[in-house]
Amino acid sequence: MDRGWMIAAVAVSAAITFFLRALPFFAFRDGRKMPEKLKRLGGILPSAIMAVLIVYCLKDVLLDLKNFTLMNGVFQSRKGILCGISFGCGISELLSACLVAVSYKYRHHTMLSIALGTVCNIILLYFFTKF
Amino acid sequence: MKKEIFKKAFVKSLPIMCSYLFVSMAYGIMMEEAGFGWYDSLFISVTVYTGAFQFLLITLLSSNASMITIALAALLMNSRQTFYSLTFVHEFRSMGKRMLYMIHTMTDETYAVNLALTEQGAQKEDMMFLIAVLSRCYWMIGAVAGGMLGQILPVRFQGIDFCMTALFIIIFIDQWEKTKDHVPAFTGFIAAVICLLVFGERNFMLPALAASSGILVLKREYRQTETAPKEKQDG
Repeated sequence: MDRGWMIAAVAVSAAITFFLRALPFFAFRDGRKMPEKLKRLGGILPSAIMAVLIVYCLKDVLLDLKNFTLMNGVFQSRKGILCGISFGCGISELLSACLVAVSYKYRHHTMLSIALGTVCNIILLYFFTKF
Repeated sequence: MKKEIFKKAFVKSLPIMCSYLFVSMAYGIMMEEAGFGWYDSLFISVTVYTGAFQFLLITLLSSNASMITIALAALLMNSRQTFYSLTFVHEFRSMGKRMLYMIHTMTDETYAVNLALTEQGAQKEDMMFLIAVLSRCYWMIGAVAGGMLGQILPVRFQGIDFCMTALFIIIFIDQWEKTKDHVPAFTGFIAAVICLLVFGERNFMLPALAASSGILVLKREYRQTETAPKEKQDG
């Protein structure tokens, strides 16, 4: 990869990110009032964005579902490794995601839920998927 | 600056420390796996400093995406930062020289912690500044450590990048619990799934975000015109 190109790409990203963060300060300087519509969209858009991001992270689930076949009474995708049960990395991510959601709902401990989910995902990947 | 305030800010920043060290270390490791050195991770962490997009940037850089794609991705993924800044326009402005730093270091996590601060006036300003400085340090330390560990560790940890997904889920749950209006969350989810099916996993983020913003704005206006006469009746 071209080093200069990479630095340029990072510089562009940094400039855009700073611009976005500074935008309200620039747009509403000198006591200009913020339109209500913008305030409201600012309040509701983050939930939609997070939902999109989660779908982005779990996009492999879709691929796994496409590969599912019913075999010996067990849902199987790819080759069985442990107890004949196996699934793709999308399914292990989905299961880990459920663990994160449930544990966070229960304890509201950010670090605990991140650690639990990640360890669960690593274990599931190790035992139930074939790379 | 007083020791007391530093202590308080440090305690408030502890959850950020846990998630940042963890996530940025994964970031450093992923950067290393994609063929970048720890200095690259540090360079990007210092200049860009935004969690989710930095992860996406690894893929974009290593797949030789076009500059326009990178710029558009930055614009779309980080536009949420604009809305975070909206909340703190007045408070940051009164912080004088520290304002630019505060603008640059606004993240999902510092935003949430700043919102929950109970201090007032100058004390709150000092707290917000210290939390911003500390959080940035955690992120940089993690990124560099991850990059270095990645070079030393003989085993590749498959699936460690999941901690970012976990963080997203946690932020999503926090936002879900903060509001009674779950339409934006459902809109985003449905738009993302449909766009994923239609456009494929490489190109679905842009149309999904654009569609959900559009739907949410239109829906608001429709609902406003619908409920406006009703409100008059009640009054």
